[in-house]
Amino acid sequence: MFDAVGRNFGFLMGGLWVTFQLSFFALTGGILLGMIVGLARLSKKPWIYYPVTAYVNFLRNIPLILVIFWFYFVMPILVGRSIDPFPSAVISFIIFEATYFGEIFRAGYQTISKDLVNASYATGMTYWKTARYITIPIAFRRMLPSLITQSIVTFQDTSLAFVIGLRELVRRTSIVDNLEVRSIELYGFAALVYLVVCLIGSQISHYFEEKGRKASII
Amino acid sequence: MIEIKKLNKWFGDFQVLVDVDEVIERGQTVVICGPSGSGKSTLLRCINGLEPFQKGDVTVDGVSVADPKTNLYKLREKIGMVFQRFELYPHMTALQNITLAPMKVRKWSRRKAEEKARQLLERVGIPDKADVYPANLSGGQQQRVAIARALAMEPDYMMFDEPTSALDPEMIKEVLDVMIDLAKGGMTMLCVTHEMGFAREVADEILFMDHGRIVERGTYEGFFNNPKTDRAKEFLAQILD
Ligand SMILES: Nc1ncnc2c1ncn2[C@@H]1O[C@H](COP(=O)(O)OP(=O)(O)O)[C@@H](O)[C@H]1O
Ligand SMILES: [Mg+2]
Repeated sequence: MFDAVGRNFGFLMGGLWVTFQLSFFALTGGILLGMIVGLARLSKKPWIYYPVTAYVNFLRNIPLILVIFWFYFVMPILVGRSIDPFPSAVISFIIFEATYFGEIFRAGYQTISKDLVNASYATGMTYWKTARYITIPIAFRRMLPSLITQSIVTFQDTSLAFVIGLRELVRRTSIVDNLEVRSIELYGFAALVYLVVCLIGSQISHYFEEKGRKASII
Repeated sequence: MIEIKKLNKWFGDFQVLVDVDEVIERGQTVVICGPSGSGKSTLLRCINGLEPFQKGDVTVDGVSVADPKTNLYKLREKIGMVFQRFELYPHMTALQNITLAPMKVRKWSRRKAEEKARQLLERVGIPDKADVYPANLSGGQQQRVAIARALAMEPDYMMFDEPTSALDPEMIKEVLDVMIDLAKGGMTMLCVTHEMGFAREVADEILFMDHGRIVERGTYEGFFNNPKTDRAKEFLAQILD
């Protein structure tokens, strides 16, 4: 019964590969930017705090699909030339997901006592060295389960990039469906692929949660 | 030499430090005591610029902490600090806690930093704990790692903020012994502590703070046997209980 999938398996898996690539860049960029956004959200400098807070509140209150659309159609007007769907999607995801990762990191930073940071400063470490070696690694470890959960959400969300024509898994499924007209089978298969990847992801999250709890290192 | 000149600090409307004056000469050990909330921790944080203040100044070897041109990071390299709750980096082993600043601030090689760290662990009496995480160390061991971490930067001054008050009684001595050893070795120290045995043994001067002021100062004998103010008498009676 899965013969339509079988006939187009290579093409569909090519889509999964695009989905993975988009997820990889979106997550790497989103998490790195999120680390900085989280720091900025705790900054005492108003010219850092207010713009970043406005950015976070703005993006968290509009649907991702509009961000993807808007960026794809507005950026060409601003830069004067069209952008390919893939880099456009990557940038949209990074600026969108960074707001979510930023809030996770902010919560992580807030678990760190002021005196722990002072202990680092007292040895001559600068703000950025302290961030790099102390606050960010501690927040990362303490928030690992939330970070993995948000990563799984991001992985699923990458399917929204089909609206700007990016040929990721869902887009390719719809292309195959136009030829084969086997919607239930094809979309069922796509769903199954997402399900498997996400289940693996939550198992990893669970593993780290247990490990962190047992080691009680953090 | 650390000079504190007419230091005043407010948290909003609340004045935490009032006209604090003090000179700490090289090689001296000064003990600060006083009731909780009297401003002792805040005073230490003002000295190494972790806390800004509104009036007066602190100079460390002639360098002003209040001067906006002063590089506070550089200044802090020569003032080690030890905290009540140890504040070890939980994601690093004892050795990594000690080598971090020498490697990242002083740019020492890993080899040199680790060699120094092992010497220091030896000195504080826990050479076998190098690869242990803070969560798996006792309080007394954690505090000794924290002292080693501060000493790794080869500071000229050490500040201690109630280093034994979070410890179980049986661990207090192991930390005090390290501190006494340091003081006798010529380190310039500023210690907030209520351990009067420690004060008797090494303090050149005792300051008693109350409501943000230094209300008494003197030698151990002078202060302990002959407190002048009622607040100091009450305080001594309390800690001797
Ligand atoms: N960041 C802060 N903001 C406002 N008040 C503070 C702050 N830190 C300390 N205080 C207040 O300043 C006073 C002195 O605190 P502290 O220096 O910690 O005293 P001590 O170390 O002698 O117990 C206390 O009343 C405390 O509540
Ligand atoms: Mg205190």
